[in-house]
Amino acid sequence: MSRAALSDRKDDVIMRVLMLGWEFPPFISGGLGTACFGLTRALDHLGTEVLFVLPRAVASPEGTHVQVLSPASAAARGGAWTLPGMFRHTQFRAVSAALQPYARPEEVDEADEAAGVPGGRMTPGGPRRRRVRRAATKAAVGGPASDPGGNYSGDLFAEIERYAALGCAIAAEETFDLIHAHDWMTFPAGAAAQVQTGKPLVVHVHSTEFDRSGMNVNQRIYDIERAGMHAATKVIAVSHLTRSIILRHYDVDPRKVEVVYNAIDDREDDGRPPLPPITRDEKIVLFLGRVTMQKGPEYFLAAAKRVLEVMDNVRFVMAGSGDMIRRMIELAAEMGIGHKVLFTGFLRGADVRRVYRMADLYVMPSVSEPFGLTPLEALSNDVPVLISKQSGVAEVLKHALKVDFWDVDEMANKIIAVLRHPPLHATLRDHGSFEVKRFSWLDSAANCIKVYQAALGAPVS
Amino acid sequence: MASVCFYFQVHQPFRLRRFSIFDRGADYFDNPANQELLRKVAAKCYLPANALLLELIERHAGRFKVAFSLSGLIVEQLQRFRPEALDSFRRLAETGAVEFLAETYYHSLAFLYSRREFAEQIDLHRQLIRRLFNQSPTVLRNTELIYNNELGKAAAEMGYRAVLCEGADHLLGYRSPTFLYTPPGVPGVKLLLKNYRLSDDVAFRFSDRNWTEYPLTAEKFAHWIHQINGHGFVVNLFLDYETFGEHQWAETGIFDFLRHLPDAVLALGDNDFKTPSECAAAYDASGEYDVPHMISWADTERDLSAWLGNAMQSNALHELYRLEPLVKERGDEALLHDWRRLQTSDHFYYMCTKHLADGDVHKYFNPYDSPYDAFINFMNVLDNLRGRLGRGP
Repeated sequence: MSRAALSDRKDDVIMRVLMLGWEFPPFISGGLGTACFGLTRALDHLGTEVLFVLPRAVASPEGTHVQVLSPASAAARGGAWTLPGMFRHTQFRAVSAALQPYARPEEVDEADEAAGVPGGRMTPGGPRRRRVRRAATKAAVGGPASDPGGNYSGDLFAEIERYAALGCAIAAEETFDLIHAHDWMTFPAGAAAQVQTGKPLVVHVHSTEFDRSGMNVNQRIYDIERAGMHAATKVIAVSHLTRSIILRHYDVDPRKVEVVYNAIDDREDDGRPPLPPITRDEKIVLFLGRVTMQKGPEYFLAAAKRVLEVMDNVRFVMAGSGDMIRRMIELAAEMGIGHKVLFTGFLRGADVRRVYRMADLYVMPSVSEPFGLTPLEALSNDVPVLISKQSGVAEVLKHALKVDFWDVDEMANKIIAVLRHPPLHATLRDHGSFEVKRFSWLDSAANCIKVYQAALGAPVS
Repeated sequence: MASVCFYFQVHQPFRLRRFSIFDRGADYFDNPANQELLRKVAAKCYLPANALLLELIERHAGRFKVAFSLSGLIVEQLQRFRPEALDSFRRLAETGAVEFLAETYYHSLAFLYSRREFAEQIDLHRQLIRRLFNQSPTVLRNTELIYNNELGKAAAEMGYRAVLCEGADHLLGYRSPTFLYTPPGVPGVKLLLKNYRLSDDVAFRFSDRNWTEYPLTAEKFAHWIHQINGHGFVVNLFLDYETFGEHQWAETGIFDFLRHLPDAVLALGDNDFKTPSECAAAYDASGEYDVPHMISWADTERDLSAWLGNAMQSNALHELYRLEPLVKERGDEALLHDWRRLQTSDHFYYMCTKHLADGDVHKYFNPYDSPYDAFINFMNVLDNLRGRLGRGP
């Protein structure tokens, strides 16, 4: 498909996309950032020009595979930079949180009203100013629960508004064919840029407020999401699961919502020799992700308890941090399985790889998972996976065990089977690690380009 | 003269119910689901197809003949859930134009794992066929036409005159499945080879609108059969009986095709219909069919990979047959029957991972969402059965 897309592109005019993102590796290596990175690199590879706008000044942590210019040199070049070697047609622009908006507030308000944001403005320091849970904005293993370094400064809604204003300013000075905004925090910026330039807007829904918060929906975030989806010419959902939420809860015209699945980069050899095999009697079952309501950590512990009723030589590892971590530690103790559950805290980089490779089984018991990249990561580390049926990735992954997140007994039944029957483990692992190679960002990007073409052909709303 | 040799396979397994590691008790089988499925298949296939065959046999006064192989498990289920369908098979038997073949009672892969168990299941099946239809089979067909030279030899030792197997291109070479063969060095047994091209025209392509020969009429098919004159003796049409009405719905015209086929075949030359034992008696073998490795009629591979293609299947089968001496020492009939019903090949077919990613799974009548679920469920049942033998997991 990707090859076909490549040859198709030759006959087309080169498309230039204003991409509005919130996070990008290595600043936050969460699901959203990882997806933005993978998709942008593949779009770039297929010859699409991308101008990627990020909401903050860029730091360059060590030990990453991404080469980024330092903030100083980026600033020296007017806030724009490129990453030659990795991207050929992509330019990055940082929008520092410390910067004042270029555009006047009224312009933003008009844009917001045009985009249908109820109440219009989000005035910095105004009466509606409110803090929202930070955890909700971070994806996967990405963010430590609190981030003293301050990727997000005080008020998220103020940030969003600044970002929207800056996005408009950049939109005014750049030429492009189409705007592509990732998740709700960039939707106001995307809608504003659409009004200002008349270019079609594609919004990409990586998760919804319903996934993150269950039924405790933050009305303000919901309103922003809804306005963005309604303003957009096309909406991209990361799964049919997400598409159905968009249709059911956001009342969006089904004809404009398309599904483009996420993917995973080919496993990159880190050049290091593989770890020596760990000789141990214990089996290891792994949970890895944000320890939040959305990820279903309590179902993991409940299943662990059931497993331990049948077999003893198992340890359950809960890797990650989040607002439910203390509660989970207490819960494990209450259940009397505290000695069998290991909480690692937040892991990154090589430690993530290491914990995957120690595991006999990866479990993703998410209550609502729009896509779910971690099972693909686990499989590419040769770990079989058990995933909840309430996940987008379950729609496309065949060589995985699947279970309803609430069906703790069945979850335990399947965990026990994998631990007790090596041929099941081996078959899942061998087929799964092969299947995961079929997930290519090039295919996702090619599907994205189809959505772009449809958006460009459609009348701008 | 070309002889058309029809053989229909009739089988349904006892599908397992969802059995968790936490389940206790020893009821393994999903009776409501099995009953529902059997009623459906009986209504769509067994009853209308049997009625049609009876009509054709009577109309042609003995010139139209067919053969069946009924597993012991389909007979048990018909007795329990659909006795009138079993009666319709009896009426067919009474015409004298229907032959019943020998197979393993439990539609099992026992030949691969235990010759003793294989022989016992063949014997159980012989008794059943004699009791039901008053026939003693002289032709053997092993589960899913699984066959190799060893099976040919074993059939000879058990006194069978003929064995059915797949006419695999890679073994036949330039030769044709329209001739009869013998296993190497076993002149006493004739091999009847499935004509997979003509069989699959009916079984798989009949309703395929993209097929260049669509629509397939009885006259056209009879003409293809007639063309073998001078190049062989028999056209072996070996089919799952569910082809009629279930795999090919009645709306496709499959019953009309069958209704007109005898007239169309008998109208050309001196072509006729023969049962497998009649073919074996009428025609000499033309040579040896050398099958050193196991073949079957399944999938495009025509090998064992549908049941033994991955580590789960192999593990499940080995663990199951390892219990044979313990189960037989125990002398518990219910336990023995349960253990044997676990041997049915379908349980292992559901664990097949071939082509899973292409969505081309073994879906038909498959109660599982994935081959992994099939394996887990089976192993939990096996664990429970092992517990009944006093062996912990």
